[in-house]
Amino acid sequence: MRARTRRLYTFGIAAALILAAAALAFFALRENANLFYTPEVLAEKGLPPEGREVKVGGWVEPGSLTYADGGATMRFIVIDNSPSTITVSFNGVAPDLFREGQGVVATGTFTPEGEFIARQLLAKHDENYQPRELKPLEAGG
Amino acid sequence: MIELGHFAAFLALGLALAQTVLGLKGERRLAGLTAIAGFGVMSLAFLILVFAFMRSDFSVALVANNSHTLKPMVYKIAGAWGNHEGSMALWCLVTIGFGAIAAATMRTGRETFEARALGVQGMLAVGSLAYLLFASSPFLRLDPAPFQGAGLNPLLQDPALALHPPMLYLGYVGYSFVFALAAAGLMEGRIDRVWAKEARIWSLAAFAPLTLGIALGSYWAYYELGWGGWWFWDPVENASLMPWLIGAALLHSVIVTEKRESFAAWTALLAVLSFLFSILGAFLVRSGVLTSVHAFAVDPERGTLLLLGLLGYGGFALGLFALRAPSLLGGKPWTLLSREGALMANNVVLIVATLTVLLGTLFPLIAEAFGRTISVGEPYFNLTFVPILALALIILPVVQAWAWGKADLKAWTRWAIGGAALTAVFMLLGVGPLNIPLGAAFGLALGFWLVFGAVWEMKRRAMNFGRVFKMPARVWAMTLAHAGLGLFVLGAVLETSGRYEATLALPVGGTGTVAGWEITLNDVRAIEGPNWYADKAELTARKGGTTAQLLPMKRFYPAAAMPTTETAIHKTGAGDLYVALGEQREIDGEARWVFRVYYNPMVDVLYLGVVLIGLGGFLAMWPARRSLKPAAGEASL
Repeated sequence: MRARTRRLYTFGIAAALILAAAALAFFALRENANLFYTPEVLAEKGLPPEGREVKVGGWVEPGSLTYADGGATMRFIVIDNSPSTITVSFNGVAPDLFREGQGVVATGTFTPEGEFIARQLLAKHDENYQPRELKPLEAGG
Repeated sequence: MIELGHFAAFLALGLALAQTVLGLKGERRLAGLTAIAGFGVMSLAFLILVFAFMRSDFSVALVANNSHTLKPMVYKIAGAWGNHEGSMALWCLVTIGFGAIAAATMRTGRETFEARALGVQGMLAVGSLAYLLFASSPFLRLDPAPFQGAGLNPLLQDPALALHPPMLYLGYVGYSFVFALAAAGLMEGRIDRVWAKEARIWSLAAFAPLTLGIALGSYWAYYELGWGGWWFWDPVENASLMPWLIGAALLHSVIVTEKRESFAAWTALLAVLSFLFSILGAFLVRSGVLTSVHAFAVDPERGTLLLLGLLGYGGFALGLFALRAPSLLGGKPWTLLSREGALMANNVVLIVATLTVLLGTLFPLIAEAFGRTISVGEPYFNLTFVPILALALIILPVVQAWAWGKADLKAWTRWAIGGAALTAVFMLLGVGPLNIPLGAAFGLALGFWLVFGAVWEMKRRAMNFGRVFKMPARVWAMTLAHAGLGLFVLGAVLETSGRYEATLALPVGGTGTVAGWEITLNDVRAIEGPNWYADKAELTARKGGTTAQLLPMKRFYPAAAMPTTETAIHKTGAGDLYVALGEQREIDGEARWVFRVYYNPMVDVLYLGVVLIGLGGFLAMWPARRSLKPAAGEASL
C-alpha cells in the first residue's frame, strides 16, 4: 500500500471515530450533564424533566432534619437567600461534616411532587473547603 | 537545620541551571555530572525536610501547619509530602532523580543527543525548583514557633495514601524525561530505533508506577470515603487517568518506532503530550478550578503559575515539533492490516478516549464561562469513554498476533466465530441465569476474551521461541498486562452490575438483613487512638454457615477538628461485605446507629488486574538477553 493511500485511510478512520465520539459526547452531555438547582432557581424554572438527574444545593434549614424508615432515611429542607425551599430525602449515612445550618450539595432526582430524592450528599469537606456550587450563594449572602 | 535544606535546594537550582546550559551545549559528561550532583544536593534538601517532620520541628512553618506530635511516625514522614509545598519538593526531587539516573545509565552512543536530553531535563528541573523556591517554599521558618502543630488532614493518615503520592509522582514526573528525550530527538532531527529504545524504557519507568499510584488512590477512596465505589469520575481521578491513557498509547507506538522506525513524529508527539497532560493533571488538582472530593492544598494563584509552566513547556516542545516533524524519516512500508495498523488503531482509540475524558472534565468550566453551573458525572463517561475504549479491547486479542508490514489474515474467520460464540454465550447467560443487563453480559464476555487472548498469544509466542522460559521478558510483560486488563474488565463489570447497597438503622442488639447477610449490632464503644478518639461498632454478620466480625469506626481527630470514616471490610472470597458507620440518630426515643452496608463482588479481581498491568510495565523494562538467536524470531513486543 502506498504511503499516501495509507495515510488517507488512517485519517479517514481516525476522523470517523472522532466524529462518532464527538456525536456521542454531545448526546451524553445533553442528556447527562447535571444542572444545578438552588431553591431560587427551582422556583424560577420549575421542575426538571422527570427522572433527570440534577444537583441541588443550599443550606440545611436548622431544625428541619427528621428521619423516616426506622431511621434509615433522613429528610431535611434546603434553603437559600430566597423565600423558596426544597425538601430533600436521602437514604443513607450523612456525610461526616453534615450539619444543620451548613452548606450541602445533593445529587439525585425530583419526584413529580417536587421532593428531591438524593442519591449522594456532599457537605463541606473541611473548614476550608466549600462545594464550588455554593460559592455564588456565599457571595450573595 | 532547615536553612541548610533551603540552601541545598538553591544549590540544586544552580546545578540544574548549569546542567541546562552544559547539556544544551552538548557537554554530555559535565551535564551528567551536574545532574548527579544536583540529585545528591536535592536529596539532602528533601531529607532535611522529612527530618524536620520526624522531629516535629514546629519552627518550620510547613511542619507547624501540617504535623502534630501525637501523630504516628509513619504519618509524620508521609506528612512531608502530604501537603502542597512538600509534594512540590518531592516533584523536584523526582525530576532531578530521573535526570541523574538517566545520566548514569544512558548508553545510546550519541553524545550530543544524550547531553541535550539532560539539558532539557535540567530545564524542567529549573522550572519546578523555581516554582518550589519562589512560589511555594517548604523551608520557611515560623517565629515564634507554636508548641503544637495543626495536624495532617486525617483523611490522609492512611497507609495507602502515604505511598500514593510518591508512586503517582514517579509516574507524572517520569514523563518529564520522556519529554526531554523527545525534545532532544527533535533537536537532532532523529527519532529512530536508537531513540525509541531509550524512550521505551523511560516511558515504562513512568507508566508502571503511575498505574500502581492510581490503583492505590482508588483503593484508598474505596475504603476511606465510605461510599463503596472505586472510581467516581472525579476531576482529580480524571487528571491521573489522562496521562495514563496517553502513556499507554505511547508505550504501544514507541514499539513501532523501535522495531520499524515508523510513527516517528507521532511517537515524539505522544512523548511530549504525556508530560503536558501530567502537568495539566497537577494544575487541575492544585488550582481548585474544579470541584473534587479528593481536593486538598488548593490555591488558585499557584494554579496560574502551573498553567504558565504548562503553556511554556507546551509551546517549547510543540514549536520544536512543528519545526522538525516534517523532516523526520518514515520507516519500513506497511499496510493498514498489519501490526503497525493495529497499533495505530490502538493509539487512535486511546487518544479519542482521552479527549472524551478531557471534555467531560473541563465541560463544567466551559459551561461556567457561559454562566451555567453544571457537573458531569458517571453517566456521561459510561456513554462515551467506555464504548470507545471497548473498541480497542475487542480487537486486541485478534490483532496482537498480526505480523509487521502485512498481516496474514488466514485465522481471521476463526477469531470472528470464536468471539461471536463467546458473546452469544454470555448474552444468553446474562438474559437467563445471571439476569444482568446486556451491557454487563457483553462486558463479561469482553473480559474473558481478553484473558483468553492474552494466554493464547503467549502460547503462540512460546511456540515461536521453542520453550516458554526462553521467551523474552517483554512477551511475559505483555501477557501479564493484557491479562490484567481482562481481569480488570471482569472485576469492574461484576462489581458495577452486582453491587448491592442498603442503609440500616440499628439499636444495640438490633438486627437487619442486607444481600442475604443477617447483620446484628452487638455494641458501640468509645475508644481512643494516638491522635484520635472514635466510636467503634461491633457487628456480627451471618450468612449460611459463615459468620464475620465487622468493626467499623467513626474517628474524630481533635487536632484537625475533623471526623473520618473507617470502614470494615469482610472478604468472602467472591466479594467484599463492606460496612461504614454513620451517625447516631434518635428514633422514637431510642438511640439507633446508622450503617451503610455494601456488597461489592469481585473488587479484588479488579485491583489484581490493575496491579498486573503495573507489574507488566516493570517487567517490560527487563533487558533482552543477547544470547537469543536472531533466527528464533524477533521479540516483537
